[in-house]
Amino acid sequence: MGELAAFIILALVTLIPAVVVVTSKNIVRSALSLIPTFLGVTGIYILLSAEFVAGIQVLIYAGAITVLILFVIMLTEGGTGVRVRQVNEQVPLGATAAVWLGFLILLVIFRTTWPVTGAGPPEYSAATIGTAFLTDYVVVFEVTSLVLLVSLIGATIIARRED
Amino acid sequence: MFEYAWLIPVFPFLAFALITAFGRRLPGQGAYVAIGAMTLSALWSLGILARGTEGAHFEANTVVATLLNRPLEVGYTIDGLTAVMLFVVTVVGTLIFVYSIGYMHGDPRVPRFFAYMSLFAGSMLTLVLANNFLLLYVGWELVGLCSYLLIGFWYERPAAARASMKAFVTTRIGDFFMFLGILLLFLYIGSLNFGAIFGAVDGGAFGGPMLLLAAVLLFGGAVGKSAQVPLHVWLPDAMEGPTPVSALIHAATMVAAGVYLVARTYTLFFGSPGHEALTVVAYIGGITALMAALIGIVQDDIKRVMAYSTISQLGYMMMGLGVLGFTAGMFHLMTHAFFKALLFLAAGSVIHAMHTNDIKQMGGLAKAMPVTYWTMLAGSLALAGIPPFAGFWSKDAILLEAFRHNTLLFVLGELGAFITAFYIFRMIFYTFPGTTRDPHAHPHESPRVMTVPLIILAVFATLIGFAGAEFYHSPFTRYVAFEGIPEPVFDPTVALLSTAVAGAGIFAAAAVYRWRWISSAALKQAAGPLYTALVRKFYWDEFYQATVVGGTLWMARQLRNFDLYVIDGAVNAIGAVFVWFARLYRVFDLYVIDGAVNLIGWAAKAAGGVLRYMQTGRAENYLLVIAFGAILLVMFGVIR
Amino acid sequence: MTVGLTHYLVLSTLLFCLGLFGVLTRRNVVAILMGIELMLNAANINLVAFNRYIAPGAVAGQTFALVIITLAACEAAVGLALVMAAYRTLETIHVDEIDVMKW
Repeated sequence: MGELAAFIILALVTLIPAVVVVTSKNIVRSALSLIPTFLGVTGIYILLSAEFVAGIQVLIYAGAITVLILFVIMLTEGGTGVRVRQVNEQVPLGATAAVWLGFLILLVIFRTTWPVTGAGPPEYSAATIGTAFLTDYVVVFEVTSLVLLVSLIGATIIARRED
Repeated sequence: MFEYAWLIPVFPFLAFALITAFGRRLPGQGAYVAIGAMTLSALWSLGILARGTEGAHFEANTVVATLLNRPLEVGYTIDGLTAVMLFVVTVVGTLIFVYSIGYMHGDPRVPRFFAYMSLFAGSMLTLVLANNFLLLYVGWELVGLCSYLLIGFWYERPAAARASMKAFVTTRIGDFFMFLGILLLFLYIGSLNFGAIFGAVDGGAFGGPMLLLAAVLLFGGAVGKSAQVPLHVWLPDAMEGPTPVSALIHAATMVAAGVYLVARTYTLFFGSPGHEALTVVAYIGGITALMAALIGIVQDDIKRVMAYSTISQLGYMMMGLGVLGFTAGMFHLMTHAFFKALLFLAAGSVIHAMHTNDIKQMGGLAKAMPVTYWTMLAGSLALAGIPPFAGFWSKDAILLEAFRHNTLLFVLGELGAFITAFYIFRMIFYTFPGTTRDPHAHPHESPRVMTVPLIILAVFATLIGFAGAEFYHSPFTRYVAFEGIPEPVFDPTVALLSTAVAGAGIFAAAAVYRWRWISSAALKQAAGPLYTALVRKFYWDEFYQATVVGGTLWMARQLRNFDLYVIDGAVNAIGAVFVWFARLYRVFDLYVIDGAVNLIGWAAKAAGGVLRYMQTGRAENYLLVIAFGAILLVMFGVIR
Repeated sequence: MTVGLTHYLVLSTLLFCLGLFGVLTRRNVVAILMGIELMLNAANINLVAFNRYIAPGAVAGQTFALVIITLAACEAAVGLALVMAAYRTLETIHVDEIDVMKW
């Protein structure tokens, strides 16, 4: 019971700012609306007993990515505060695509019988995940770090001034 | 004499050729050549005449072609009839040629005149000598041609041109019937030779209604050529030609060819059942004689008086032949040739002096032109039929035969004789006595080259009658006689009656025109509608204009309309159909073919117009496509 | 009623659709990237939910989610660097104004 209420609150906290993100005429407002969205997602993770992921989510998404986005907004035109049209002419078609896709996926969700196990919330810990990374998924781990390195260097090179 | 007689027409033909070729360079501009040729022919003819041909008959033939396996020959024959005709044509012709030197003096086309006259003389002589229908028809047509050429000699005058056309067309109608007759004979008997044909008729091989038809058809040609009713309308108009032409062709010789034809082919007429063909000939002749004489009373043109007189006298000749007066009819032909030629030439002399043809303008010429006056008087007395002039003997012979065979025609003939005397002396009394009515005229006698032929002809007109008079076995009868007919017997009672009638006519003319006891105006009033009918020539010309001429023109107009609207219309319709097809094809070409080509272009443009949205260059469009693609895949997954 | 798997799935679906809508309709490049982030988050929710309800004993889902977060961060970094670089040349950050390759 309480779980349901928590879920609903968290869902709302996620979805409503998400709507603001995609519809706001003010780019800064939509960027800032990302924060409650991500925090809502964090809450969802906690509800799903994925504490480590939740923590990482807050750190990286709500922290790094949002800040990065805000930085770029400020450094480009959006930061001037000039009121321009924020949506293009594809609104009807885009809406149609989104709704249609949503409909299809919901259809699939409600049609399939998910092999849900009735087990209770397991004991996760950071240690388990860490062990998994260094044993089962070590290649993924290494590759991911390589990607991080490459993107670090790449972004630096791309974004630097040519002079 | 006889073996080379075919040369007689050759002399004039040679003259024609020479004059045509050299014309003005010849002596007298061709006149002397023509006269020379005619003189030769005349001398030869006299020689033949002198030889005498009582019953004798000479013939020569050559075959020129074959038609339907039957031979076509040309050849000539000499018998009494031929000899007389040769004599008349050549002697009268020579005299007229001589006269023409004076009459045609100063005319710009003298060589042409003598060329045509020579051609005519040669053709007439060919006609007379022919022993078969082919050569006769050739001569017949040639004289018709010469008549046309000579009537229209002064072709600048529209009246002359019209008259020559009228003459040719009218005689052509007669010639057409004659040709049918000749064809009929050729098909039935197989030869055109007179001897062969007459032999067939005499032998009974050809007779009955076919023979009657053939004879009547042949007579058709004579009706045209000799100006009998109903084809007489051309002769008065033919007076547009020069007077020597009128004298020679339309008085003495060509018009007599019809009479000659009937005489030559008399066997056919005589052999027809009950002499019916001869009855046709006689009645046509009689009606013509009377009718033409009546019209002659009201003519003011001196040559027209003569023309109607000629028609009337030809009628008498036909009538004579028709009432079995074979000798009489031919005798009248001979005498008429002389006195009518005389009258015409004298009239020409008068016209030459007065520069007008109108007798009402004349008068007082007896003192001014004595030779002309006395010779014309002699000719008029001959025409009227007063003894001892030639005309009396021949006309009386005809009337005698009529008295014997057909009382009605006898009465008509005597009536005609009265009228003949009346009109000719009307002319004399208008022209010669008294004083000249035209104040501007200065008449004088014609030159000797004109008066000498007049005198010679006058002598003939006076004396030649005795050559054929019936009160003795005359030379003429020896030459011209037909086997089936008994020799004519002289009857003094009829002779006296004829003389009295003629005298009465002269007396009546004198009463009206000389002594003025009855004025001509009063006569005109009394005659009333008859006078109008006479002046209008019994409306023959109006009748022909309305029917034949009008009918031909109507037919021509209908054919023209047919050609214009039907034939041209059909051609134009075909053309229009093709034009319509062309237009249809144009529409097809424009809209279908061009449309197809344009369609391809438009399709390419439309396709491009649609397809260019695939590459807008905008990322959001591409993202949309990706999104829809993904949705499509999900859909496939869901549906499957 | 307890919160089942389907709740989370529905949530993630909605989030994903919103993110898709944002990607397709926004003019600002950064806004499009934000939409992409939303979509990635939706996928993450899915993964973690599946991990929790279908295979709770393993940690594959969470590991996968962590990797995705990492890669999202890399991609956001590079993408935004590109935006910066493009902004310098093209003078605009509106995608519907960038439709030729040259300028």
